[in-house]
Amino acid sequence: MTTQTLLHERDRSRQAFLSRSTLLTSLVLIVGMLVVLVLNALPESSAWHVSNATVSLLGKYFTYMLLALAVDLIWGYLGILSLGHGAFFALGGYAMGLYLNAQTSPLPGWQSIMAYFPVAALAILLAPGLLALVFGWLAFRSRVTGVYFSIITQALTFALMLAFNRNEMGMGGSTGLTRFYELLGFSLASEGMTVALFVASGMAVLLAFWLCRAITVSRLGRVSVATRDAEARVRFIGYRVDHVKLALFVVSAMIAGVAGALYVPQVGIINPSTFAPLFSIEVVVWVALGGRATLYGALLGALVVNYLKTVLTGVMPDAWLFILGGLFVLVTMLLPQGIAGVISAWCGKRRDGEEQDRQEVSA
Amino acid sequence: MIKTQHLASRCLTRLLMHSVLLCLLMAWGLSVSQTAAAAVSDAQARALLEALDTRSFQAKGDAAQAIAESGAEQKTRWLQALLDGRLGKERRGERFYIITDDSGREWPIIDAITFEDAGTGTRRTVQAFKINNDLRTRIQGLLASLSLSAGDEASRLAAAGRMIGEVSADNADSVRAMRDDEESQSVRGQLDVALALYDVQQGDIDALETLRGNLDTRVRNTLTPIAAGDSELAAEAQSVLGGIESKRAWYDRAQTLFFGLSAGSILVLAAIGLAITFGVMGVINMAHGELIMIGAYTTWMIQQALPGQPGLALALAIPGGFLVAGAFGVVIERTVIRFLKGRPLETLLATFGLSLILQQLVRSVFSPLNRRVTSPDWLQGAWQINEALSLTLNRLAVLLFCLVVFAGLWALMRYTRLGLEVRAVTQNRAMARAMGVRATRVDMLTFGLGAGVAGLAGVALSQLTNVGPNLGQGYIVDSFLVVVFGGVGNLWGTLVAGMSLGVINQVLQPWVGAVLAKIIVLVGVILFIQKRPQGIFAPKGRTS
Repeated sequence: MTTQTLLHERDRSRQAFLSRSTLLTSLVLIVGMLVVLVLNALPESSAWHVSNATVSLLGKYFTYMLLALAVDLIWGYLGILSLGHGAFFALGGYAMGLYLNAQTSPLPGWQSIMAYFPVAALAILLAPGLLALVFGWLAFRSRVTGVYFSIITQALTFALMLAFNRNEMGMGGSTGLTRFYELLGFSLASEGMTVALFVASGMAVLLAFWLCRAITVSRLGRVSVATRDAEARVRFIGYRVDHVKLALFVVSAMIAGVAGALYVPQVGIINPSTFAPLFSIEVVVWVALGGRATLYGALLGALVVNYLKTVLTGVMPDAWLFILGGLFVLVTMLLPQGIAGVISAWCGKRRDGEEQDRQEVSA
Repeated sequence: MIKTQHLASRCLTRLLMHSVLLCLLMAWGLSVSQTAAAAVSDAQARALLEALDTRSFQAKGDAAQAIAESGAEQKTRWLQALLDGRLGKERRGERFYIITDDSGREWPIIDAITFEDAGTGTRRTVQAFKINNDLRTRIQGLLASLSLSAGDEASRLAAAGRMIGEVSADNADSVRAMRDDEESQSVRGQLDVALALYDVQQGDIDALETLRGNLDTRVRNTLTPIAAGDSELAAEAQSVLGGIESKRAWYDRAQTLFFGLSAGSILVLAAIGLAITFGVMGVINMAHGELIMIGAYTTWMIQQALPGQPGLALALAIPGGFLVAGAFGVVIERTVIRFLKGRPLETLLATFGLSLILQQLVRSVFSPLNRRVTSPDWLQGAWQINEALSLTLNRLAVLLFCLVVFAGLWALMRYTRLGLEVRAVTQNRAMARAMGVRATRVDMLTFGLGAGVAGLAGVALSQLTNVGPNLGQGYIVDSFLVVVFGGVGNLWGTLVAGMSLGVINQVLQPWVGAVLAKIIVLVGVILFIQKRPQGIFAPKGRTS
């Protein structure tokens, strides 16, 4: 570590919560949301009108952005690559799915308590949180790191996929949970609900973004970045590295759970394919494309890749996997800093002291 | 008449000294006398069949017995037709028919005595003889003893096998006589079992000795009710039954072990290439599954090019799959992995992207549909060791193939220059380079080797399942677990880990079902890695 980077580290200790990129991202999110709402309110004859279907689609993108944020928090700032974050997303989704199903007909056994929204809300946070706590405690305590951690997270989500495919789980087997009609007493089919879910997802992204930002500029965040860059040194200085990792991992899993819970009512179904390793690894490429360790890069990456996916699977369904695969290869080889890296390069040194979180990013 | 001429011609050549006329006369006379001794006249045949036309099943059984004991040439066919409910009599007449196909409304029929085509009949014109279950059993026994007395050894053996549990008071004596006349040891053994079973049913304790350790299900089924009583016989039968059960249990275990090893050998084949690239280069190759798929598709293509010669195609596919997949591997290493040195997570993502591209490529070039690779004849069927244990040939071949590939790789690593260099680079890259090992070249060859072995796995897999674009995807999670479980960079560890995961999975399956067994194994390995991140066989020396 050169003197130069040490100076940067000292600079960052003064880094405030409200940096320029945070303000800008928050502004873009809020303005974007308001614009969509206004355009949606226009009469349908207007050329600028945004249909409810589009609003719902954008709401779905918001949940993906939330998930990408969760992955970036641990990959970008902690250096642990989870290839199983789809599992936490799906668990949140299943908790929400059970709640929605309980609105139409009482559920058997223990699932009946999911009919109450506070219980369901708690489950949305606790189910992924507890899994992350137990899994993370085991993994971090025995210092499973790097690719080993990635592989066992992938095995975890694969095992959960197999488990949720079983009818004996009481989670609808391979069909999953579907037939949702009411949320908090309002019909899911109504226009107001579409808009409400869109706003809720957008607000969730904003809040999670602020939360992650707050964590990363806090002392905890600085220790976590140090852990990412030189785990052994941090441990020798006297920090409990496993506790730091566990804390961030659990928070990240909970954010993913909320994302899943918001995703389910907008899409209308949750099934075991969400647990598939492919989905989890796709999330990683969103973050990689957007740019690791910048938070806003994750949001951008999720939006760009999913927009591309929506457009391209419609126009050229065969080409989509080529493009997604190409993205994986090209981004890792040519754009290791992602889109955020390109942006910061454009802005040049005016942004000095802002982006160096990324600079030390290594595998 | 053909027979007559044939005999005549043989006589002609053999008895050149005799006059041609005399010879012909003799031959004619011989053949006539033989026919007269064996066959029955049409009238007698009619009488035999007539006896079946009775309401009493007992009488029908006796009539069938009479047919079996008669010299009628048609008797086997009659009894078979009777058994199938296809032997019948004209309702308003005296002729007997065999219905050759009773699926439709109009049945094609043939004359039962001459076997000449007799047009069609219906339910109204032909009345089929009815049989009940007792009679069916009796006829089956008769048919079995008929084929016992004729035919080659194989058919006699099959017939003797069918006799087990079919011996009754009616045919016990004839079976005993046939047993004494029988020359073949194996046929005699089967008949001994059949007779002993009958004797036990009659209360003969000594006969139980013959049945000790017999694995036939019919022996077990017959003995079970006998063992239920509390006589001396029952106690003895119980002990024999206990012996049979424990012997079966052992063979069942052997069967499970075989299935486990066979499943494990596939895991090992899929994982061992990964063990090389991961262990030596520290490269996570997520496209490994797709290299397996490429090997499988190579097999399929070679087979398409050589229609009708699956054996030759398979023999060519082994080097072919290795070379094609190896070439893909070298290209991947040169174009992508080389630039991501020392960044394992990025390598993981890039190779995952490659796997998506390769999958879609195969889907676009071939089709998303699965292709079937036909196995050569010598890989089909099973090796039936005994009643309780049979080994499927293709699985056995894959198991052997896996061991051969493993031994080959091990020897390559141990005894060749490349192996030496690979081990040197693994242990200390910088030092190896300082000693003049061209590490980048070693990387390329190692990756090509790992990819080639993946191709071999694909060739083996194509013999077990259909070949499709998603073939390799299902193996990637499992193979990584095998590599990590066995200890990275350790070939023996990979072998032991793969085999033991396969066997554990098979052992769990009957208790909890296939899916749950898989979940338990996955969770078990996850927990194991937490406890012991370096795998079963830890690499020697310091770990960073």
